[in-house]
This record gives sequence, C-alpha cells and structure tokens, in this order.
Amino acid sequence: MTTEQQIVKDQVLRRYHKMVLIREFEGESYRQYMQKNIRGFLHVYSGQEAVGVGIIGELEPQDYVISHYRDHGHAIAKGSDVNSLMAELFGKSTGTSRGKGGSMHLFDVEKRFMGGHAIVAGQIPIAVGLALATKEIDKKAIVVCFLGDGAMQEGEFHESMNLASIWKLPLLFVIENNLYGMGADVAQTLAIHDEIYKIANGYKMESAKVDGMDLFEVQDAGQKAIGLIRSGEGPYLLEAQTYRFRGHSISDPAKYRPEIEVSYWMSRDPIKLLQARLIKEDIVTQEELDEIHKVVENEIVEAVNFAEKSPFPNADELYTNIVLGSGE
Amino acid sequence: MPEINYRDAMNRALREALDENEVAYIIGEDIGPYGGTYAVTQGLYDEYGPSRIKDAPLSESAIVGAGIGSALLGMKPIVEIMTINFSLLAMDQIVNHAAKLRYMSAGKMEVPLIIRMVTGGGAQLGATHSQNFEGWYASVPGLTVVAPSTPYDALGLFRTSRAMRDPVIFVEHAMLYSVRGDVPEEHYSIPIGMADVKKSGDDVTIVAHSRMVNVAMGAAQELERMGISAEIVDLRSLRPLDMDTVIKSVEKTHNVIVLEETWKTGGFGGEIASQIVEKGFNFLDSPVMRIGGEDVPAPYTYVLEGLAFPDIERVINGVRSLLGR
Ligand SMILES: Cc1ncc(C[n+]2csc(CCOP(=O)(O)OP(=O)(O)O)c2C)c(N)n1
Ligand SMILES: [Mg+2]
Repeated sequence: MTTEQQIVKDQVLRRYHKMVLIREFEGESYRQYMQKNIRGFLHVYSGQEAVGVGIIGELEPQDYVISHYRDHGHAIAKGSDVNSLMAELFGKSTGTSRGKGGSMHLFDVEKRFMGGHAIVAGQIPIAVGLALATKEIDKKAIVVCFLGDGAMQEGEFHESMNLASIWKLPLLFVIENNLYGMGADVAQTLAIHDEIYKIANGYKMESAKVDGMDLFEVQDAGQKAIGLIRSGEGPYLLEAQTYRFRGHSISDPAKYRPEIEVSYWMSRDPIKLLQARLIKEDIVTQEELDEIHKVVENEIVEAVNFAEKSPFPNADELYTNIVLGSGE
Repeated sequence: MPEINYRDAMNRALREALDENEVAYIIGEDIGPYGGTYAVTQGLYDEYGPSRIKDAPLSESAIVGAGIGSALLGMKPIVEIMTINFSLLAMDQIVNHAAKLRYMSAGKMEVPLIIRMVTGGGAQLGATHSQNFEGWYASVPGLTVVAPSTPYDALGLFRTSRAMRDPVIFVEHAMLYSVRGDVPEEHYSIPIGMADVKKSGDDVTIVAHSRMVNVAMGAAQELERMGISAEIVDLRSLRPLDMDTVIKSVEKTHNVIVLEETWKTGGFGGEIASQIVEKGFNFLDSPVMRIGGEDVPAPYTYVLEGLAFPDIERVINGVRSLLGR
C-alpha cells in the first residue's frame, strides 16, 4: 500500500467510524428515551450519516457548523465528545449545555459547532452572520449551514440566500433533502422539490445535487464546494438526497410513508453501502470494520455510564447564564 | 353528559366549523396525512380532503397572511399554528395586519379569522418550545384572545369564536389535550368575555387561565383539607377581560392570587393585578399576590424545569403565606 493509499484508507476508516458512532448513538438514545432517561423531543439522524460526516470531514477545525434540531449527528461529526452529548440528553450537569439545552439545542463552541436551533430555519440567518464575521475578521474559516427541505419553505431561508449572495459570503448551505418535513411530503409543500438545488439560480449562487447516501459522492461534492468557497467565489448550495430511517421524532410512527419507499431507502443504508464498497474494492478487511464496531460499542457504553453517573445541575443553575450584563 | 377529552372537543369544534359553512377551511402545518402534531385534526384530512384541510408548508407568516386575505374576501379560515412559539414568525401578519385592518379601513374591511395555537411548557421541550405568548397578543387592540381550560369551554368558546367578525387567537395548552370533561350532545355556546367561577370558595380568589386553572383546582382541593376555601376564577379569555367576575369574587374573599404560567415580568397577570387594585382595592385584606413562572428561559432538564413553572405546591404555599395560615 502506498502512503497515499494509506492516507485515504485512514481517512475513510475515520469517517466510517463516525458514521457508525452516530448510528449507535442514535439507537442508544432511543433506548434511553424508552427508559425515560431522555425526555422531551428527540429527532435522530439515522440514515443521513453520510451527509454530515462527508461534508464536515472536508472542513478544517477552524470552520464553523450550524444546524437545526436534528443535530446529534452534526455535533458528533464536528468532534463533540459523545459522553457530554449523552449527558446533555440525560439533562445532566456534565452535558454540553449542563442539561439546560437538551437534544434540540446542542452547542459546542470549542468545536465550533454553533447549535442546535429548534425553530425551523432559525439557524440560517445566523449562519449568514457567522459567515460575515469569518469573511471580515477571521478570513480563514468558512461556515456550513445544515438545513432541511422543510426549512426552505420559510422566508428566513430566502432572505439569507439573498444576503449571502450579495455579500459573497464564505457559506455553504447543505440541504438535507429527506423528502419530508415533519409529516408533510415535500412534493406537496415545496414548489421546487424535484430539483431543489436549482433554487440557487434565483440567487445567482452556485449549486449542485449529490447522492447523500454515498459517502464518497458527498465528500467529493463537499470538497469541490468548499474549495470554491475558500477561493472567494462566495456561497454555494449543495442538495444532498437522503432519507431519515425513523419517524420525524420519537413520537412519530411515520405512518404517512409508503412501505416500499422506506424499504427502498433502507436498502441504500449509507453505512452498508460504504461497507460493501470498502470490502469490494479491497480498501479494508471485514476484521478492520468489525474492530470499529467493537470500539463504537464501548464508546456508547461509556457514554451511557458517564451520563448515568453524572449529577443533575443544582437548583441555582436555573438562574445562571441568562444575561451577563457588563459583568465578569 | 358524555365525557370527552379536550382534543376530541376541539376535533368536534373543527368538524362543525367545516360542516356548517362551506367556505370554512383549515390550514396548518402537518394537519394532512400526519394528522396534526397534537392530533387535534386527526381524521379530518381523509374526510374533508385537501382543499378543506390545507396541509401547509413551513411558512407561518404566509399561512396567516393567506388566512387574512381569504377572510377579507369572505372565506372562513381556521389557521393552526403548531405552537405559539412559531407564531413569532407570523407576528407581523397578526399584529400589524390582522389586528389593524378594520380600524385602518374605518370599518370597510374585516378579518373573520381564527388562529389556533398551542401554548405552554412543562414537557421538557426546552427554551424555544415552552413559552406562553397569549398575554402578548392580549395587549393588542383588534385581537380577541380566548384560552379555554376544559373540553366544555373549548367547544363552547370555539363556536362563539366562529361567529366573530374579527381575528381571534384561540389558545390551547399542550398539556390539556388529554384532560377529560363533560360535554353535552345538545348545542350550547359560551359568550366570549365571560369568566367562569370553576370552584366557589370564601377565603381567597385564585385568578387563572388555561392549564393554570387545573393547577389552581388541584391546589384548592388540598387547601380544602387544610380548612382553606379557595375560589377559582377561570378567565377563559384575556381580551376581552372579564374583570367584573374577578372583582365580585375579590369582594367576597378579600384576598386574591393572580396565577399564570409565563414569566412574571411583563406577564398578563400584572395587568390583572393592577386592574384589581384600580377597581377593588377597598375589598382587599391583603396585597394582591402574583404567582408566575420564573423569569428564566425554560430549561430542558426536569430537575430545573420543575422549578421554572408554577405548580400545585407553589400555589398552596402562596395561599398559606397570603392568609398567614
Ligand atoms: C418555525 C417552526 N415551525 C414549525 C416547527 C415544527 N417543526 C419542527 S421540525 C419540522 C419539520 C422540518 O423539516 P425539515 O426542515 O425538512 O427537516 P427534517 O426534520 O426533515 O430534518 C417542523 C414542522 C418548528 N420547530 N419551527
Ligand atoms: Mg426534511
């Protein structure tokens, strides 16, 4: 194996690891919800792993990511510690937001993961501001804003597209088109549902569509988009065609989706597709993949242990972190 | 009288609206095949079809605006905003447009529009999803704000809201949907702007609306065991506000607590408290007490969320400290 092949292999194994970690984290969060250790709303990322991992994998640590309430996967991909994430879902003081945010409101500023925004489309104008600051004062970082097909229906999306374009901001809009908003078929709610990426034309922005179930495709498309953005070409919109394997949230049995549609997309499970390709192309061995699954299993066990053992926040934390004023 | 839950009462109210007026329609997010986030519109899409039950995109502002425009030309829209938190995206249409058109057109335009929204916290949904803004809307002239606490009131007040020729904000609390209560088969309706004494008592008046009425009722039951008799006034609408019923109760009990779920600062309870002072000061044996939510964004974790919103225990403690018993 040449050094170059080795680098590619290491990278793909790291990404495979992240995808499996996200899948197992989500599976575990479901189980913990059933045991009432996690409450409120819970929206999992299962099925969409290749998008978050593929795009974020192409970023540098200094780059920013901002997302919506289906945010566990993006946070993990950006490098957040799964122990703190699980603890947050448990509402513990060791959580990323000390238990105050919960599943829909994850933040990890050190990793430059800027949230976790639960009002649909609310993160998009903020992404514009992040990109404005990276352009004007940081100059090195770029910003990736993840959003759903549903979020495109809000005015905030359109206002932000326009602003990003006229200001030529270093901002990548990644639309995770999973065909549904909450329970509404996007074909009924979005005029441009069958060629979402073309919406960028109206804002004179570059765009492309990619198979969001294929890690290699996603990372290639991401690399190209990010390259253009870094070279100062301005914003870019990438549509990733994907599918969520579960209901919108844990309380949604997803009865509105035809079974054959679900089974079709399940057959395109991004983790299984990647696995098959890696084996077929002799990039990795089955043992190497099995080893990753074992490692992930331990990581999840440890995350749950950590969350379980952690204390809840003290009552006085109810009143902290509201306004700092000009104080210390 | 048959007992049904709040959700079913609202479902029945919506069916009636559709059955009795062919230009009535419902529009909202995920009210189609999904059946509504809180399942209030369950079954309607299949029965009435997509033109009466308009499954809308995620576009709160445009949904309300479409409601306003179509109401101007004689349709009877019932808009569902999934939760009151998301109504902030439509606030301009509601406050600057729906509420103003009759006035600005010197009565030549009218907007007979009902906007239903789900209010409230207590389900560990965190800071963006646990708010009560009905008090904000209630401060806007031109709006009518109705907030029923029982299945009976929900159906009766919805019937009256449908007869309104102006925009009505109809507020339903997420935690009330499974609450059951008697609802007669026979037709009845409840005038808007009439508070209801949900329990009569002699020692203290508790004024509340929506879910806090249930909290007050729970507290009153326990207080009864301690020999304290509380009278519960359910406002049922915040605008118009029935202060006569409140004052009459204060005249009887001489002590009053204004209870609400939202932040105490700027909460609508402040309005009620000051009107009690204006109109009933001489009846009072003790200062008006206010119990409200803590002035904090709603936390996710239940150990903190439980401290953020008023509960039975806090109301009992409030009553006891007010009366010194
Ligand atoms: C302004 C606003 N309206 C409605 C909701 C309720 N809601 C939460 S997620 C969602 C669907 C969003 O779909 P999409 O953007 O496609 O993201 P996905 O869940 O498919 O990842 C809805 C309607 C909300 N949180 N905020
Ligand atoms: Mg979607």
